[in-house]
Amino acid sequence: MSLLSTRGLTKSYAGVTANSDIDFDLPMGQTRALIGPNGAGKSTFVGMISGRIEATSGTVSFAGEDISPLPAHKRIAKGIAYTFQITSVFGGLSVAENIALAARRQLGTAAPAKVAEVLEQVSLADRADQTARDLSYGHQRILEIGMGLAQNPRLFILDEPTQGLAEAEIDAFKALIRALDPATTILLIEHNMSVVMDLAEAITVLDQGRILAEGTPAEIHSNADVQSVYLGTEHA
Amino acid sequence: MRLFSRANALHLGLIALLAALFFTLPAYHTGNLARIMVLAVFAMGYNLLFGYTGLLSLGHALFFSAGMYGLGLAMHLGAATPAPAFLAGLIAALIVSGVVGFLALRTTGVAFMIVTLMFAQAGYLTILYFGSYTRGDEGFVIQQAQRSLLGIDLSDDTNRYFAALILFAAALLVTGAIVRSGFGRTLVAIRENEQRATMLGYDVQRLKLIAVVLSGVLSGASGAAYALLFGYAGATFATVQYSIFPLLWVLLGGAGTTIGPLIGAIFMFYLIDYASGLTNAYLLLVGVALVALTLFASQGIVGTIRARWIRWLP
Amino acid sequence: MDFGPHLILAILEGAVTAAVLALTAMGLSIVFGVMRVVNVAHGEFYMLGAVIAWWVATVVGAHPALGFVAALVIAPLVVGAMAAAADRLILHRIDYDPERTIVATIGLLYIIQQGTLMTFGPDARPVQPPFNSRIALPWPEWTDGAFAWAYPWGFGTTTYKLFIIAAAAAILVALWLLMTRTKAGLIMRATQQDAEMARAFGIPVTRVYALVFGLGAGLAAMGAVLIVPVQQAHYLMGGDPLLLSFIVVIIGGLGSLPGTVIAALLIGMSDGIISVFFSPTLAKIIATLAVAMVLVFRPQGLLGKRS
Repeated sequence: MSLLSTRGLTKSYAGVTANSDIDFDLPMGQTRALIGPNGAGKSTFVGMISGRIEATSGTVSFAGEDISPLPAHKRIAKGIAYTFQITSVFGGLSVAENIALAARRQLGTAAPAKVAEVLEQVSLADRADQTARDLSYGHQRILEIGMGLAQNPRLFILDEPTQGLAEAEIDAFKALIRALDPATTILLIEHNMSVVMDLAEAITVLDQGRILAEGTPAEIHSNADVQSVYLGTEHA
Repeated sequence: MRLFSRANALHLGLIALLAALFFTLPAYHTGNLARIMVLAVFAMGYNLLFGYTGLLSLGHALFFSAGMYGLGLAMHLGAATPAPAFLAGLIAALIVSGVVGFLALRTTGVAFMIVTLMFAQAGYLTILYFGSYTRGDEGFVIQQAQRSLLGIDLSDDTNRYFAALILFAAALLVTGAIVRSGFGRTLVAIRENEQRATMLGYDVQRLKLIAVVLSGVLSGASGAAYALLFGYAGATFATVQYSIFPLLWVLLGGAGTTIGPLIGAIFMFYLIDYASGLTNAYLLLVGVALVALTLFASQGIVGTIRARWIRWLP
Repeated sequence: MDFGPHLILAILEGAVTAAVLALTAMGLSIVFGVMRVVNVAHGEFYMLGAVIAWWVATVVGAHPALGFVAALVIAPLVVGAMAAAADRLILHRIDYDPERTIVATIGLLYIIQQGTLMTFGPDARPVQPPFNSRIALPWPEWTDGAFAWAYPWGFGTTTYKLFIIAAAAAILVALWLLMTRTKAGLIMRATQQDAEMARAFGIPVTRVYALVFGLGAGLAAMGAVLIVPVQQAHYLMGGDPLLLSFIVVIIGGLGSLPGTVIAALLIGMSDGIISVFFSPTLAKIIATLAVAMVLVFRPQGLLGKRS
């Protein structure tokens, strides 16, 4: 059964179409990578799923329910977590408080236990009291992922989580995602092909706002269309 | 949250100190302090919205005067007793801030500042327009005979001081509890990064409206108490100047700190008091303070102390 | 007088208000358009223009026309220079942060206003108009079965008021030429589009900002010099122009110059006309609420396009 599906999802900005007519299904528990060249419309697509970006037309359903009319915060409350492409944490607050804010909406007074758990999970426990904006870039990205985990999401959308991370940090990220509850469904926008090939069970390729191909990593790897528009320019 | 946390100890200590000051300071200063404590409640209301939620309103005089006239007109025209009149003041502030918040929160940033300014200006002009009831700029006096609550004469210096202190203490403990609650910390999250707060599933729009209303009701409580304790309501309190004052007190004392509003109000009150003895252009100081604060000390007094020395200050 | 002459008088008075308002609001609009900041002290620069005009006219002392012309040149320059200095000393240092700029310019408002109270004093002081002959206006009347031109008592205007309208129009045309036909205008527009990009292309953005802030204040001062022979200089005279300029700039669409002129005409004219028929307070309440509603429901202005 699909946890998430979109039908005819379209976005146009003043006549320019960023996404057109996307039909997309993500089965429950799957880790799906969304790849495609720059400007293919990946961020717009997940933006429309999470409600950050208003769709021009089309529908989004989550767990069998049409969530298209809902504003972003209500979609998130249904069990979606979203990490931003450009790091977006609460800069003036402590690391622990950042994670607590993510946990508290659902857990209320039970949040502190979750915060401690997530801090261990993302290895930021020793920096819990630091102000978020004083963290290194890599740690801020990890913190943002931690904020996603603290929400116990059914669907976890990650927009280029490894962008700008060092090799060791990328390995830590892979380990973190692999260790997640297998029931967690993940939609991952990623440029780094080693991350995609290691983590994804299936891949969707977006090009010029449309789905170009969909399949297992092996299928996508051998797909001629994909190679010509995308993998041909990828040196990873 | 621990009941005997450092923050609570600080607040209770401050309240005890203010009570003790009544017996040690000369009458002139206790008179001033009574006034300052009432105005500090206004500043605390303002701080909840500006300091914690990050919304800069230029129209809080409207909420202050809603409370002031809610109580004042109920007593002046309706011959109400203080308790129901005070309630009328709170309800007036609740309604006005609810409507203003609902409309103004459709805008953000600079537009929010201007919209609140415009609403407050319309409110001030409305008070003038109904001059036959409100007596406009001249205002009206609430008779001493009316100003007694549970048999206590609130125009008496001692009673007035302690009534002001009770209001101040209640406001301080309530705001102290709010800002350390989950709700209060979500307001801070909105201040820090509104988009992020939305994408954590918080209904930012609703939370902001609640913040405006809480802020408005606290400001209204201050306005109502001012009219009750000092026996006067006038349109001056609805002018732009009274929207600027709480901003100034909060900036000076420290935005986003619980005791900053009181500290700011004390400093500014005595600064203006001193300057008005020297020149009729004493509001010059307000200008200099505003410019100097934006340039050199955007965290204010308590904010700077917190940033440099005492990290745990609430 | 009958209704007709009343209306014509209201329109004439409205045109004078609109002319001065267009200059003042244009100053606010240019500053907002190019620098994206709101200058709350704008009304005080207007007031300074009037006060300096009084001072220049008093010092020159000769024929009123000489003093007036000197004031029309000197006052905007002095006010512009003061504003540019304030920009460099204050706004530049807080990096034009929109909210802090508002707080700082509120401070500036008090400093200028109270500084004027300390030096110029609390009295309203007149400036002689350079010329001021009365023009009685004719009104057609139906008498004895035929039209005849009558000259109702009190129905007329002065040459000086007509001059205000013409002078404001001329200044606006000059400003339009400056913005569209000169290199300075091009630089301003480039800075407005994208300050970072402009800086990358070697435009001295810091200096452009100071000049734009000065120009905005200078325009307000010009408006004030034009009106001061009719209204007198007073240290509290900056409040109404500030509020009206806000209204104009919001209705016209923040930062849109043609929108600003049209809105100034609309507001200036209606301010005169409405207050003839309503209580001025009620008219102001309605106008203020209307503007708030425009900002809430149509933030691009009544005349602006949705971006």
